[in-house]
Amino acid sequence: MFELLFLVPIIPFASFIWLATVGSRTSRNAVAAVGVGSIAACTAISLLITASYLAAPPAGGAYIQVLWRWIAVDSFMPQISFYLDTLSLIMMLVVSFVSFIIHLYSAEFMLEDEGYSRFFAYMNLFVASMMTLLLANNLLFLYLGWEGVGLCSYLLIGFWYQDNANGTAAQKAFIVTRVGDTAFAIGLFLLFSHLGTLDIQELMHRAAQQWPIGSSLAVVASALLLGGAVGKSAQLPLQTWLPDAMAGPTPTSALIHAATMVTAGVYLIARTHVLFSLAPPTQLAVAVVGAATLLLAGCSAVVQSDIKRVLAYSTISQIGYMFLALGVGAWSAAIFHFMTHAFFKALLFLVAGMVIQALHEEHDIFRMGGLRKDLPYAFWGFVIGGSALAGLPLITAGFYSKDLILWQTWSSSQGSPVLWIAGMVGVLLTSLYIYRLIFLVFYGEKQMEVSHRPGWRIKLPIVVLCVLAIVGGFVNIPKALGNVPAFTNLLHSALPQAAERQGTAITETLSEGIAAISFALGLALAYLLFLKKQSLAESMASAALGRAIHRFWFADWGMDWLYDHLFVRPVLWFANVDRNDFIDSFYIGLARLNELTWRALRTTENGRIGWYAAGITAGTVVFLAIVLWT
Amino acid sequence: MTLAAVLFALGVAGLLVRRNLLFILMSIEVMLNAAGLAFVAVGARWAQADGQVMFIFILAMAASEVSVGLALVLQLYHQFESLDADAASQMKG
Repeated sequence: MFELLFLVPIIPFASFIWLATVGSRTSRNAVAAVGVGSIAACTAISLLITASYLAAPPAGGAYIQVLWRWIAVDSFMPQISFYLDTLSLIMMLVVSFVSFIIHLYSAEFMLEDEGYSRFFAYMNLFVASMMTLLLANNLLFLYLGWEGVGLCSYLLIGFWYQDNANGTAAQKAFIVTRVGDTAFAIGLFLLFSHLGTLDIQELMHRAAQQWPIGSSLAVVASALLLGGAVGKSAQLPLQTWLPDAMAGPTPTSALIHAATMVTAGVYLIARTHVLFSLAPPTQLAVAVVGAATLLLAGCSAVVQSDIKRVLAYSTISQIGYMFLALGVGAWSAAIFHFMTHAFFKALLFLVAGMVIQALHEEHDIFRMGGLRKDLPYAFWGFVIGGSALAGLPLITAGFYSKDLILWQTWSSSQGSPVLWIAGMVGVLLTSLYIYRLIFLVFYGEKQMEVSHRPGWRIKLPIVVLCVLAIVGGFVNIPKALGNVPAFTNLLHSALPQAAERQGTAITETLSEGIAAISFALGLALAYLLFLKKQSLAESMASAALGRAIHRFWFADWGMDWLYDHLFVRPVLWFANVDRNDFIDSFYIGLARLNELTWRALRTTENGRIGWYAAGITAGTVVFLAIVLWT
Repeated sequence: MTLAAVLFALGVAGLLVRRNLLFILMSIEVMLNAAGLAFVAVGARWAQADGQVMFIFILAMAASEVSVGLALVLQLYHQFESLDADAASQMKG
């Protein structure tokens, strides 16, 4: 079965080629069949491979498939090869499955759009690139997939290119992630020049042998990789692109900007965890970045008014949790949270898309309300997805994954109470902003009529994701509730367990209890402010201090303003000033000279045959004279 | 040879001075025949047949040149209603 592994990225890529070349000339049904069918095939193969992996794991816990040698320059010989261990297995399964669900949803959601085949072409290319990223056996091949998903992200954010704002948002996403990608590329150069290979397993092996813990090279290399991860995963300080990326179609936001692509940074760090273990300062930085991001983004999410921007900040905040887990060495907890987050955040986005479509493209949550009866699927989708996001104890997936992170933040030898408290505050913020959203959209007075009722291809994905958002957490049950850590056990062949700290003051059960309390506190606060006593929230927002904080958080802590003044404007100003520098003058002068020559020569071309004959005669005479007298 | 040189010079002068297309064609014929005469004269001088062979080539070439040239003149006359060579100067740069 493992031999089929190469088909996982190839099938979506072949389908992309077909859709991009002849897709626009075929019927919508054919486009949907190919676009969704290719991902279905990809998912089926992933399931087959997973089944055979679980039945009989390959020797050493990893399967390597080498297709061919990519480049051969001296000792630099990267191969086109795939690496399958439990980490990439889980990522592959989750990504292909969620992609399939979202493709099925888009088949109906995008039906009225004129760029139907273009949309599916980009989405298929995205899945192909994402699979390349996940399965690549060397960092250069991984980088190819990394840039591929970045390209698809750019293309899909600017999908409705007639609107200038979408194009600007796409460029912003592309340029901001480019900052991180540049750091990543420099990191690759550094690793290759010092360790002589880019093959991930070999690289980790050599790094562990040659570099002592805390050596400056390990710190620099891992910090550069962290730069790449921070850009792709929209973490502090490069998070500003993700809220604007919501300009793309909603299925894109669900697939790329929530469930899969933005977690590529998490995957990169987990994949190169050996390197990060060698560099404790960088690992601490990962944890601090995660904790700071989850708090900042959580605060911003509380005050947003656009339904998709709330979810975008929520995504940033949840990826913050994953970074926090990576930072304290809880590798498998991060991947666990990636999986549950993919389920419930995809669910929330798909439901948000349904609400937006039902209300004539309305994004403002203050103009929605009372939709509980009209859109029951959306309502229950939001309640289940939102509860999973906030971590409703015992029955939702988010509870299990988030509490594993919080517990390990406390118990791990690299964890600390400060990070743990940040995580707890994050839980409170999460439940506050998501229930605020639910109360504002589905309760209260009805403000708009529902115009559009979804069909089965929209309802089915939502139901499936609802089920997964609940049962997705049962694969890893903590000690207090039965102790069945199947998920973490599975991952241990690829990722080490977090080292536990001795003599902790609180137990795992207590940590879970405190998380449940802060969840309930957030829910109660949301209920109080946005359902029971809206006047209280309004008076808070209209007070001078409240208004200032509101504006500050609404604008993402002023980061956009800062970057605009710090980078964008100086560069534009300089470009403006430097418009006529000497290099330009040189080329403009060259153009002028050509123009003058042309004017001079043009006069000889007068169209009179006598002149031409005279010219030929004169030329012959001169030529003969030269021949005769020399 | 002197006659040939004189004829050639006359042909060139006619070509440069005349503006009527028919006269230009005739001038070209004069130039060709001057060249042919030179070949024949030189062949006779050294008692070789090559000169006459060349003259037959030139004759064939001149016949085809005249047919093409006259066809072009006819077309130009249709187009511009004139035989003035400078009337067809629309393609100047």
